[in-house]
Amino acid sequence: MREALDPWFFVNAAYALTIGATLALVGWSWLAMRAAERRRQAGRK
Amino acid sequence: MHGFANPARFLRIARWLTPALLIAGLVVTAAALAYGYFEAPAERLQGETVRILFIHVPTAWLGMAGWITIAAASFVELVWRHPLAALAARGAAVPGAVFAALCLASGSLWGRPAWGTWWVWDGRLTSMLVLLFLYFGYIALAGAIQREGGSSRIAAIFGLVGAVNIPIIHYSVIWWNSLHQPPSLTTGGSAMAGPFLWGLLAATLGFSLIFGGVVLARMRALLAEVQAEARLRRKALET
Repeated sequence: MREALDPWFFVNAAYALTIGATLALVGWSWLAMRAAERRRQAGRK
Repeated sequence: MHGFANPARFLRIARWLTPALLIAGLVVTAAALAYGYFEAPAERLQGETVRILFIHVPTAWLGMAGWITIAAASFVELVWRHPLAALAARGAAVPGAVFAALCLASGSLWGRPAWGTWWVWDGRLTSMLVLLFLYFGYIALAGAIQREGGSSRIAAIFGLVGAVNIPIIHYSVIWWNSLHQPPSLTTGGSAMAGPFLWGLLAATLGFSLIFGGVVLARMRALLAEVQAEARLRRKALET
């Protein structure tokens, strides 16, 4: 007999992974952009 | 289009467009995912796991859209030598790779309860995995070219050649037998019920806006790095 799988485990894992990775991508790209633009600004002085 | 190739004009537009796309994208995505998780009905055959649709399809689309962006920007770089085209291609690489990886991960999490397996080596899944490896190769190559000072045209040719995988991914479920279902959304119409279709379109729009904002942020970062490096080089030559 096959054990029934809890569908919410897979739904929760998929949502948590996607939301976490998307927020990390947005945060990283924003911070990297700000840091690079600050370095460019500092080089002008 | 040539007008936007001017870095100063690009920055003038990107300064307000980057946060606008990111904020709008986060709001629309949050609303669409809240609908998908809390409000969308369970499906007759797949039950609750159908909610993974609202993240799997947008991430699959953006995994492919990322490489289409790389290929289009590479073509523009090779033909018209626009100064921003190489940055646009490089800017799309990391978000494209992240969304391709999320597509594979969410697909695997959907496949286990729906098909009874995490992974099968069929045409759709394998060609998507090949796309992820192409992203890794492109990111490594473009990074090495920037560090070592080679020609960015090598990465552009790699971007164009890699685009051959996009139609393979799209048509894989038609060409070969697969556990993966054929496309539900085509230019001819939709085989999807209304409650799923509208939520899916909203999630796809939201994730696409985020993707656009991230690509612009990456382009601004890469442009700032190039300009800072050029200034340092000029200073070194003057002294």
